[in-house]
Amino acid sequence: MHILVDLFYTILATIWDVLPIALIIFGFQLFVLRKAIPNLKKILMGFFLVLLGLGFFLEGLEAALFPLGKLMAEQLTDPAFIASFSSADGITWWSYKWVYLFAFAIGFSTTIAEPSLLAVAIKANQVSAGSIGIWGLRIAVAIGVAVGISLGVFRIVTGTPLYWYIITGYVFVVIQTLYAPRMIIALAYDSGGVTTSTVTVPLVAALGLGLSSTVPGRSPLLDGFGLIAFASLFPIMSVMVYAQISEWKALRAKKHLTEEMRNAL
Amino acid sequence: MKAIRAILKSLLDSLRDLLPIIGVIAFFQLIVLQQPIPNFGEIATGILFVVIGLTLFVHGLNLGLFPIGESMAYAFAKKGSVFWLLMFAFALGFGTTVAEPALIAVADEAARVAASGHMIEDNKASKSSYAFGLRITVAVSVGFAILIGVLRIIKGWPLQYLIIGGYIGVVIMTVFAPKEIIGIAYDSGGVTTSTITVPLVTALGVGLASSIKGRNPMIDGFGLIAFASLTPMIFVMGYGMVV
Repeated sequence: MHILVDLFYTILATIWDVLPIALIIFGFQLFVLRKAIPNLKKILMGFFLVLLGLGFFLEGLEAALFPLGKLMAEQLTDPAFIASFSSADGITWWSYKWVYLFAFAIGFSTTIAEPSLLAVAIKANQVSAGSIGIWGLRIAVAIGVAVGISLGVFRIVTGTPLYWYIITGYVFVVIQTLYAPRMIIALAYDSGGVTTSTVTVPLVAALGLGLSSTVPGRSPLLDGFGLIAFASLFPIMSVMVYAQISEWKALRAKKHLTEEMRNAL
Repeated sequence: MKAIRAILKSLLDSLRDLLPIIGVIAFFQLIVLQQPIPNFGEIATGILFVVIGLTLFVHGLNLGLFPIGESMAYAFAKKGSVFWLLMFAFALGFGTTVAEPALIAVADEAARVAASGHMIEDNKASKSSYAFGLRITVAVSVGFAILIGVLRIIKGWPLQYLIIGGYIGVVIMTVFAPKEIIGIAYDSGGVTTSTITVPLVTALGVGLASSIKGRNPMIDGFGLIAFASLTPMIFVMGYGMVV
């Protein structure tokens, strides 16, 4: 019964979050556009479902996945657990191997479940008339987040400055932009921002704070941040790679087809 | 009968989206940490909630958020008033960000960092005013981002030059900003875009690009979120330098 009460409060909180958005939309619609909203009933129903859905979603995460995920982040970064993997040289960056794997796995899996990424993937699929697959895009972004977060964890362990990685990442993105298919560029840039929301941020933040408070010489205030930045940079690269691979495949298939046709003649 | 089957199918889709997380948590808990899963019943209920929630969200998206975003884009394009469209873009960016729970959390954390780094006094009043200032800064920067992004769609400017320009801005600000603020600034780019903002803003961009002649929804329609995750970094570092 307890969870139902919590659910009620979560839905109330979601309504509170959506209120400014609804006010802006309906305000502009009434006072600036001065037009009746087409299919108003359907749209209100949609808003209602989104609210209800987010309420259930957040409450479910809060009840099931977040406590366990955060507890695991703490246990995996616990000095006693890490010390059990120390080698002859004491604790090296490799002693944190399970943490990297956890970072990769949790980055990938939370991104697949991220509702805003799903929304963008659905839209991109519609707009591109199916040439961008919903799953293809989601997996590409998820791989980007996974690689980004593991690298971010490696940075916290080794204590190297954040901006080295981010600025190098920018240089890569700029170079890739020159070669990527033009159609994908805007979507790739967007995918950096959409990946990190409801599901990913709390778990990743717990990992960063846990790690930076247990690795000797790191401070949670200075080193605990930055994982989200990794998680929003790397998907840009992986989505462009995804587009390049799909383009290359399409090109090869076309070549193959023309060759077959030539042979048939 | 058909409706029930459709609902079942979308519930199964949502469950499939969730399977990777369940797998990862089970693997690490049972095999790496070798501990039992606590409160099994509660966790099963929670997972059921997440599955129901995701299903409802996707239906609501197609029924409400996507259509309203697009129909407003068409209505603004038809009305032809660039001023009001830009006002709307700014209001949408500002309004959706200022109350964003993730941002509130990050701003409070940033105030703690600033206090421990002796950038501000370590008392409750100065910390809360610092956090509030930061929130307003980020919200203004997101409003500004959506405004510029919409202007770009209208004018047909290529996205990459603007974004690369933004990157250069980030790099320059990094050189001058206080060291304590950099991590928070970089992170603030990612946390500002919420689950409701993203579909709305995407639908707005795509709708605008398809209703303006000469624009391609794929090339010009996307990119609004990219601005919204770039400008906060620059503005937050600026805030760190000024305050």
